[in-house]
Amino acid sequence: MATETLGETTSTCVVDGSAVGMPQLCFDWWPNQIFWLLVTLAVIFFFLSRVALPRIASVLAERQGSITNDLAAAEDLKSRALEAEEAYNKALAEARTEAQKIIAEAKAEIQADLDDATAKPDAEIAAKLAESEKKIAETRASAMEAVKGVAKDTAGELVAAMGTKADARTITAAVNARMKG
Amino acid sequence: MATEAQGEEGGLVFHPMDQFIVKPLFGDGPVGLFTITNVTLWMALTVIAVMALLVLGTAKRATIPGRMQSIGELAYGFIYKMVEDVAGKDAVGFFPYIMTLFMFIVFANFLGLLPMSFTTTSHFAVTVVLALLVFFTVTIVGFVKNGSAFLGLFWVKSAPLALRPVLAVIEIISYFVRPVSHSIRLAGNLMAGHAVIKVFAGFAAIALVSPLSVVAITAMYGLEVLVSFIQAYVFTILTCVYLKDALHPSH
Repeated sequence: MATETLGETTSTCVVDGSAVGMPQLCFDWWPNQIFWLLVTLAVIFFFLSRVALPRIASVLAERQGSITNDLAAAEDLKSRALEAEEAYNKALAEARTEAQKIIAEAKAEIQADLDDATAKPDAEIAAKLAESEKKIAETRASAMEAVKGVAKDTAGELVAAMGTKADARTITAAVNARMKG
Repeated sequence: MATEAQGEEGGLVFHPMDQFIVKPLFGDGPVGLFTITNVTLWMALTVIAVMALLVLGTAKRATIPGRMQSIGELAYGFIYKMVEDVAGKDAVGFFPYIMTLFMFIVFANFLGLLPMSFTTTSHFAVTVVLALLVFFTVTIVGFVKNGSAFLGLFWVKSAPLALRPVLAVIEIISYFVRPVSHSIRLAGNLMAGHAVIKVFAGFAAIALVSPLSVVAITAMYGLEVLVSFIQAYVFTILTCVYLKDALHPSH
């Protein structure tokens, strides 16, 4: 490839410490590079396929598993919490209806007591009222009677004083007619 | 990386390719098959980096991962999903193989971005071997799983009959060009980026231009960081696509 020079040339591709053309095309070096490349690839492949990749795969699988487990546990806890909430709500509703019932009962009782308590005085009051009315009516009737008698007497006396004689019946009829009017 | 020498007459001398020279780590001498070279060193560092991330990083097997383990799991999930989505569920058996390719390329690329480092994946020797490994794997798997039905890959059933022989020729050519493009894409991208950075660095010898040169190097470096990952990704996803062809050759 290149001219032979004196110094310490390791290859025909290098003259005076610098490359002649493209070092990539210096085929003197190829066997060395290929050999070390194959060694390198073999080592990497061995360690990756035996150690690193199975290990990473197991770590990833483990993580996936624990995530799934945790999610399931969370789901379970959530459903339990929901159940508890439901039970709480149910108990609350029951307590509320119970309270409503008790209130209604108490109200009814009180009402009944009240009714009982008011009924007797009411009846007494009504009876007394009726009695008083009767008395008033009697008083009024007797007063009327008295007024009538007085009016007849007065009318008879007045007629007699005027010198006319009137029989009792006519006077009574006249008085009655006036008192109606 | 190699030296940026200013020429004796004050002119600029660029050696952008010197960073790719393979040399023995201990002493001078020819580079033989088993010679321990800078290639060995940087590949060993790649192995160490991969091990640190995927073996040491996950050593605790924590259910709640730390930083290293998170990144390791991220890389695992990234490639696993890629294999599953692109190549199909039955390709999952090839996952360790593809993961090996990806981890090697991505770490070699990023280690190559360290100053003074040697980028192993910028050499065709490396990428051609990687691409050929994929090529032969795919071809052998294709024939083993599908028998001669694998050849249906080249016989486009959805095309008119008259066109099929022409398409078959094109398909066969494209099939055999795959390892070439597969390897040159990776090495070429890395080599070009690193060489361009070197050229910009060479301009820094002129005081007037050096600020611009520094800015340009910084920009290129950012681009190279992207390229390092994207090329590893592209290489891997293409491997998955080829693998899919091998497992399900029907067009």
